[in-house]
Parts: sequence; C-alpha cells; structure tokens
Amino acid sequence: MHPAKSVIYFTTASGAGYGLLAWLGVLGAMGIIPADRTFGIAAFGSAFFFVISGLLSSTGHLGRPERAWRALSQWRSSWLSREGIAAILTFLPTGLYALAWVLLGQNTGLAGIIGLAGAGLALLTVFTTSMIYASLKTIPAWSNGWTSLGYLVMALTSGAWLGVLLLAVLGEPMPPYSLSVLAGLTVLMALIKLLYWRSLAKAPARSTAESATGLARFGTVRLIESPHSEPNYLLKEMGYRIARKHAGKLRFWGLFYAAMAPLILLGVAAGYAIPLAAIMPLAAASFAIGLVLERWLFFAEAKHVVTLYYGNSAV
Amino acid sequence: MTSLPQNPSGVKLGLVIDLDICVGCHACAVNCKEWNTSGKLAPLTDLEPYGARPDGVWFNRIHTFEVVDEEAGTSRTVHFPRSCLHCEDAPCVTVCPTGASYKREEDGIVLINTDICIGCKLCSWACPYGAREYDEDEGVMKKCTLCIDKIYNANLPLESRAPACVSTCPAGARSFGDLGDPESDVSKLVEARGGYALMPEQGTRPVNRYLPPRPKKVGDDVAPRMLEHQDDSPDGAGLLARWVDKVLSA
Repeated sequence: MHPAKSVIYFTTASGAGYGLLAWLGVLGAMGIIPADRTFGIAAFGSAFFFVISGLLSSTGHLGRPERAWRALSQWRSSWLSREGIAAILTFLPTGLYALAWVLLGQNTGLAGIIGLAGAGLALLTVFTTSMIYASLKTIPAWSNGWTSLGYLVMALTSGAWLGVLLLAVLGEPMPPYSLSVLAGLTVLMALIKLLYWRSLAKAPARSTAESATGLARFGTVRLIESPHSEPNYLLKEMGYRIARKHAGKLRFWGLFYAAMAPLILLGVAAGYAIPLAAIMPLAAASFAIGLVLERWLFFAEAKHVVTLYYGNSAV
Repeated sequence: MTSLPQNPSGVKLGLVIDLDICVGCHACAVNCKEWNTSGKLAPLTDLEPYGARPDGVWFNRIHTFEVVDEEAGTSRTVHFPRSCLHCEDAPCVTVCPTGASYKREEDGIVLINTDICIGCKLCSWACPYGAREYDEDEGVMKKCTLCIDKIYNANLPLESRAPACVSTCPAGARSFGDLGDPESDVSKLVEARGGYALMPEQGTRPVNRYLPPRPKKVGDDVAPRMLEHQDDSPDGAGLLARWVDKVLSA
C-alpha cells in the first residue's frame, strides 16, 4: 500500500496525543500525578496539538477536504465514520478535564471521573482507527488481531514517552516506576511487532492469482500482458513495492530507533547519573523516528489482493 | 446510506464474461471509456493523455494471463476482462463514511454519489477486484455504473439497452442480464457452462460470473489438411489461359 505521509502523521501523532490523554486521565484520577498547572498546560497542550494536527492532516489526504464533515454520517457500517465520531466525542470529557486540571487545579473526584471517561474515549478512538485497517479483508497484513493490539500499545507507549519527556524537561517529580513502566511498554511494543511479523510470515496466502481469475483448474496463472503500459491509480495506490524489497533492514532500523536506542540511552543515563532532562529529548526523538518508520512500514509492506491481477501470485 | 439494502428486490443485474470467447481486443474497455466519459459518472478524466506517462480513470481493463499445467505440459493464454462485479456483500459500500457509495435496492447496481464523496479512497482499499479508481482531477472516486444511463434509456432501441462493453464486444464474449432470476438467459448460460465468481474467499458474493475456457481437445491438435490444388490441369480454364498453357508446355 502507498504510505501516504498525511496518514502516517495522523496515526502516529494522534496516537501519541490520545495515549497521553489516556495516561493523564488515569494517573490524574488515581492521584498519582498532581494537578500541577505548568505540567497541565504543557501536557494537555501537546496532547491536543498532536491530536488536532493529526486529525487535520488526515483530512489532507482527502480529495474533497471541505466535505469531511459528511464522514460522520455512516457510523452504522463504517469504521472511518465511527472514528470521526469518537474523535469528536473525546474532545468533550478531555477538554473539560483539561480545564479542571489547569484552571481549578483539580484532577481527582468529579474531575477524575471525567478524566477516566476521557481516557476511555481516547483509547476507543485509537481502537476505531485501528479497525479501519483491521476490517479490510483485502489486506491480510492488516485484517488480523495484531493491528488493534499494536495501535493501542503504540498509542499508550508513545503517550508515555511524551508525558515522561515533558515531566523531565519541566523538572517535575516523576511518578513512581515511571521509567520502568516506560521501558516495559517499549519492550512490549517491540515484542508485539516481532510477533506480528512472525505471524505474517507464517500466515498462508488468503488469495492467489488462481482464485482471482478462477483458472486454477487449468494450472498455474501468470500475467503475461498488463492491461496498460503505464501505472494506473490501482498500481500507484496499492502496488507499492519498495518497502518489501528492503523489509529486513527497515524493520531492524525501526526497532533500533523505537526501542533499542532509547532504552540504551535511558540505561546510560541511569548508570552515569546523567540528568533525565538532558537524555529524554534525545531518547524520545529516537523513539519518534522509530515509530514513524514502523508506521511507514505498516503501510508500505502491506500487500493488497488487487495486485494478484498485476503479476503477484499470492497475497 | 452505506449499509447494504435491507430489502433487496431479488433483481441482480450483472455481466457474464466468457473467457472461452474473449480474444483480448480491448474493444469493451474502449467503448466503456467512450460511453462513460459522458455518462453518469462523467468525465473519466485523463491526465497527460499524450504525455510520457498517460494516466486516467477506466472502469474496465483487460489482462492477459498464461495458465501453465506443468504436469500435462500444456499452457493456454486467457484474456481476462476485469470490472466491477456489483457484489451482494459489497465491502466498498459498507466502508464508505459518507453514504456516497451505495447499492441500489431495485437492481443491485453499486454506484457512487460523487456530489457527497470526500475522496478518502477507502472503498478502493476495500475492493478486492480493483473496481474503483480515484479521479485526481475531481477529487472523488469513480466506478462502473453498469451503464445505468444506457440500460434504462427509453430513447434507445431495445437491443441497445445493454452496457457499452456488452453492446460492443465483437466476439459476443459478454452477456448482460438478471442473475437473480434463475430463468433468465444469463442464469441459464451460467448454469450450462459452470460460471463462477472471482475470489469467493473474500466473502463479497459477486453478482458477475465468468465462464471458464472450454477444455482443449488433446490429441486432435494437428494442422488442417491442405486443399487439393485446383489448377493443376488446364481443363475448365479460359481460352487464353489454355492457349498460354499449351504454348509454355511445349
């Protein structure tokens, strides 16, 4: 699949924003993070920045962005529509919670309940995003259980990185076990990715050139003449090949930047007593590069069954 | 509504494509383009039509496959027209977030309302058959309409009320009709020839059917006999020819 920049930015940025909103909702409501104003402004500010810029970016890949509002109407059948509604609904409790935190200095009690509702809706939005991809039978690499699990864990992990980065830079006290939870989530994320790739490699082909043409009874089907000499929309959108050619290397670098390098940096910081404020920006930047690379691969590596009509033998 | 029809009428208009007959001439694709570029979903925009990398919207494409049977040591060439199959469980319809993509209750034709399409392209991702193409110029999706503006056009003579691809096929490889009616000509044709659906494992329940190539007659595969030469003898030739023959034979 063609990896559209707008969609990669949307899924990673809004994922991190919703992930942070979820952490703020839960940890605030539990009284683990106090309703500090400076941190509140920084945390909600960056979470909403990533969510809103991500949502706007997603409308950037529409042919008719001015009609985007129409996408809210078909929630009965369409995950894309459900995502739009969930995204808008999430603004209500999370916005109220942010106001209570920043203006009233409150994040427990009633504010905490609103925060928990916001956390639930934020994760629900990430889930609906993942289901847009997971519901497409035509793309076996997406239509499996790993997609939603991956999106949710990656949103929580990137949200945690964003939150810890802000705490470190602002010099706020870290909640207990922050770094252990962050490292644990990062390892979990990498593990999910490895298991996902393993399951992809093992999964039998869902459709073949023979089932696409119905000609299995006569033997092996091979394209000898394409209908057109130049790439058309289908090939440009669904026939992306570059990633699969370099899949091994790209997967390694994705995991290196997202997990290995940031964890090594955190370890070095702990070992040599380097202040977190100095090491976190570097570690978080490395994580972000890895996350974007991973998301780019998620799109670019995925094969669509329509390519069976254009020379692929099995998808 | 992008939910599928709740009370489908039972009429399932669709195409039957005979792979035994198709010669891969692309006439159906060309006539499709010609009719539809001024039809319901017009225009079928072309980008750089005379440039180095021409691109554009088409509803119908003809692929050519080679099918090799390693065991028998035989192979055959199959020309394979590909267009919208007007599926009963059309995933392109249910994924649409705006209601622009819909399936008609009365005849099962899958259409796009380009006035409300936002061009998110998700329908093209959901379709296993590549039936939907994006019109970059208009920012909306386009697809086969089964020539809805032709098949119901009362201004046309009855025999012309068929999709452009069917009307134009010089070999008669394409048929059009109600595949929901077991007594229709197309249904009988499908029954007689063992017509099948493409990628049934995708669960889309296509309406269109493909008829398989007929089996080769193995062993009968020899060149036809030469005709006997008719003009070895001058008998029956004209006066001048007989005279020339006589002079030269001397």
